[in-house]
Amino acid sequence: MSDFIIALLSTLGTLFILLAALGMLRMPDFYLRVSVATKGGSLGVGLILIAAAIYFSDFGMTTRALAILFFILITAPVSAHLLGRVAYLSKIELWEKTSRDDLRGKYEREKLELKGKKRETEEDEEESSENDPS
Amino acid sequence: MNITDFFLFGILPLLGLAVLLLFIRFLIGPSLADRVIALDLMITVGIGIIVVYSIINDQPTFMDIAMILALIAFLGTLSFSYYLKQKAREDE
Repeated sequence: MSDFIIALLSTLGTLFILLAALGMLRMPDFYLRVSVATKGGSLGVGLILIAAAIYFSDFGMTTRALAILFFILITAPVSAHLLGRVAYLSKIELWEKTSRDDLRGKYEREKLELKGKKRETEEDEEESSENDPS
Repeated sequence: MNITDFFLFGILPLLGLAVLLLFIRFLIGPSLADRVIALDLMITVGIGIIVVYSIINDQPTFMDIAMILALIAFLGTLSFSYYLKQKAREDE
């Protein structure tokens, strides 16, 4: 019974990882690739880690597997968000069939930050008032 | 069929195939960000391979290496995104 659960979980995880790799190869756009890589990869590795935790069935090993799983679940969205933001800032092209781009025209390219963000210091306010007479 | 044989002949070749597909994307990726995300996913699949390897050999010690590898992958992606941001700032 335990063997069956281990085999099922690891097979599902491997299929998710394989689909993520295939999506990385087939997707037409950087942003779609980031989406595929983050979700598919973390879900697949998480299933394999749970299978390993069931296989060893030891307190230390279960703790280690859950720690790795927790760490991957914490860090994968952060790195995907950082890379996607930087890619948008460095003007990597979207797919030509992308229907909506919510960030179009909302970035100040010179300062690499969002328009309408609160200025923290007075110097920045003076600079912005000089640049923008309205 | 033993569970070890299943891992050795069923799971491990598929994970290797996934690393191979990701390496193709790593080679042909049009921009640097594509290569960075392919490398990140390759290291994540590498964590899975290490875990499967520790199941096959019944050596629980290898899981520590998987944890360190997860940490290094996150730091690498972080520093690459910082580098790309500085490069975008210089290009303006």
